Amino acid sequence: MTDHIIWILLFPLFGAVLCALSGGLSKKICYPVSIFSMLGSVWASVCTLIQAIESPVHEVSYILGGWSLDLYPRGVGIEFRADLLGALIALVVTGVGLIVSLYSKVPVQRETPGKEPMYYALFLLQITGLAGIALTGDAFNLYVLIEVAALTGYGLIALGTNRAAAATFNYIILGTIGASLYLLGVGYLYLKTGTLNMVGIREVIESQALYDSPSMQVAFVLVLLGILIKMAFFPFHAWLPNAYCHAPTTTSCLLAPLVTKVMIYVMIRMVLTVFGVEFSFESTWWTEVLPWLVVVAIVCAAVMALAQRDIKKMLAYLIVAEVGYMVGGVWIYNYYGLIGSIFHVISDACMTLCLFLGAGIILEKCKTTHFDGLRGLFAKMPLTMIGFFVGGFSIIGLPPTCGFFSKWYLITGGMVSERWEYMITLMFSTMVMVVLFFRLIERIHLAVDESGKNLGKGHGDLGLNADQTRFDEAPLSMLIPLLLAASIVIIVGIYNQEVVNQIEVFLRAYDLPTGVNYQ
Amino acid sequence: MFEEGSIFNQLLVERLNYFIYVVLLLIGLWAMIAKNNLIKKLIGMSVFQTAIILFYVSIGVKDGATIPIYLPEHDPHASHLPLESNASEVGAHGPQVLEASLVSSYTNPLPHVLMLTAIVVGVATLGLALSVCLRIYRGYGTVEEDELLEKLEQMDGQTGGGRGRRRPRKRSPRRNTQESNQSRKVTSAEKSGSQKPNSSRRPNPKNAKPKPSGESLNKSETKDENRPKPVRKRRKSPPRKPREDSSQ
Repeated sequence: MTDHIIWILLFPLFGAVLCALSGGLSKKICYPVSIFSMLGSVWASVCTLIQAIESPVHEVSYILGGWSLDLYPRGVGIEFRADLLGALIALVVTGVGLIVSLYSKVPVQRETPGKEPMYYALFLLQITGLAGIALTGDAFNLYVLIEVAALTGYGLIALGTNRAAAATFNYIILGTIGASLYLLGVGYLYLKTGTLNMVGIREVIESQALYDSPSMQVAFVLVLLGILIKMAFFPFHAWLPNAYCHAPTTTSCLLAPLVTKVMIYVMIRMVLTVFGVEFSFESTWWTEVLPWLVVVAIVCAAVMALAQRDIKKMLAYLIVAEVGYMVGGVWIYNYYGLIGSIFHVISDACMTLCLFLGAGIILEKCKTTHFDGLRGLFAKMPLTMIGFFVGGFSIIGLPPTCGFFSKWYLITGGMVSERWEYMITLMFSTMVMVVLFFRLIERIHLAVDESGKNLGKGHGDLGLNADQTRFDEAPLSMLIPLLLAASIVIIVGIYNQEVVNQIEVFLRAYDLPTGVNYQ
Repeated sequence: MFEEGSIFNQLLVERLNYFIYVVLLLIGLWAMIAKNNLIKKLIGMSVFQTAIILFYVSIGVKDGATIPIYLPEHDPHASHLPLESNASEVGAHGPQVLEASLVSSYTNPLPHVLMLTAIVVGVATLGLALSVCLRIYRGYGTVEEDELLEKLEQMDGQTGGGRGRRRPRKRSPRRNTQESNQSRKVTSAEKSGSQKPNSSRRPNPKNAKPKPSGESLNKSETKDENRPKPVRKRRKSPPRKPREDSSQ
């Protein structure tokens, strides 16, 4: 079997159908079905990544329906292409999907009783959509997959409380505007180039030198605007915090690490593969404007995160800030910024997963994620809290975790491009994250009253009574995925060079300034 | 007024399709952003998507061209055959690559095909959005955005942000100096008072005995924090059992 790339999508797709159909027979099989289809999908994406690394052109291609490239010109038939970037993102998507499906047993039963078959069907379709976005090589197919992911996402979020339904409505309106603008942009691309294949579009742009064409400029603005809305970039972020905060636990664990990151991948794909470096960075004014917007975005999101008193809300605003990091990494326009951006997509998926899994356990055990409910939680659930704070340290950017290395490349990129405002904002945001997480650590370790005064008397007396310190850890089906995610954060951090090497191989095909002047 | 090169000529004659699609697009966008009623927002969303469909379909059109179905006179093998045997002959020889002169009489089929997919996506989005609207209506008794926001704010004030239900009790002794806090409580109390006729109007569907639709309705209400507790508990237990039975 050589076409592993298509199996990445087929496993969860058929799993979803199986879950939906088997719901009448037995609800118990849905959980194992989702785990097995995710296992198959992870296996296929690992194989695809290995194939892509080993192949001489560093990409694997599969054309649906047998419209082979030898007989028909590029653009006839839908192509699935996994270059190194796409294969890495697909692996991240399926890996996160596997961990969350392991985790889902307890929360899904508790939060959506009786609806497990439909929940797992939506869950697996969501992963199909996201993995498809990472792999498709066709601009219109990308729109369809974005909508597959978005529609299932709306459904998954709306399964929460009534409050979640209200949040979902906003998400539907903004998400539809975003996707429709993207579709409109693709229309202009098709109008001008006559093809929908991503590589085909770039070939036409470069061969006909369409750099100053007004239609292409309109297409670029529409596509990028649509994607920025979908990824919750700062002025368009309004849908995200409420949607992720009120969604069922499993949903927020799946969507928070993946949706925004996959949309950033789409932006990188559009900028590099579809429009090409010369068009995106040289013929438009985006490189001038966007880093300043990023500065505003990061500062505002960080300040709003600081104002939250609820863990899930705080994490949701952190995601908005992290989106700012990655968008900035792309638009400061140099080699290191893009390495940082791509690596941050991967590491941010890992650490956000870690944090949301931890927040889900806190919600499960304490029935609240509000700061006041966290008193002395470390004595109660030490393993959960260690896992949670590995994610937190990675967001701050402490060295053994992967967050440090991606931030390192982003800051290097800012320095090489002499974008001091971006660098300073990154530093500022790091400080805010330190405040956020150490404030949490204080609350979780010690008994602190509402005004922040420590109730303990020191010398090992934390001011907790016996009931608060009794060991009461989360169920294993939730704890193991969390610890798995935490160890992935550290392992990706330690082996960061392996990941960065692959990203460098991918980026070497594009003509990016490295900032090093050997004259 | 419509002479060659004038702005009216460009907008209303040469580029009429683009002009109309932009107008529709902006109408839809305005409705989505500015309208207060959620259903009107959805109508705006539909107009917005339809505008894009119009754009796509219009770029596939050619002057004087026919629908893109393989004409018999274009088939080099079928041209001399009578029309009845034509169908089987095409199957036997398969499609041929046509010359540019022949192709020019067809419209471009691809935009239409793409829009079939986009229409399906639009229908799915609209259906989902309407069902979410229904849930909002059942949960809050309104589809007006300002009333909905008022109720959401009121709920957040009562429960301290969604899930942390213990919060307001703790908070009131601590921040007794903050007048704004107290005044907010007064207004929320007033609102809950004024809301009573509204909520007493709504229990109708709940009293109706468990039909399938009524059950899913009750289920969505069990998590509603807007209601007083004792009522909620009574309502919570009975509908659960029949619902699980019926879904088997």
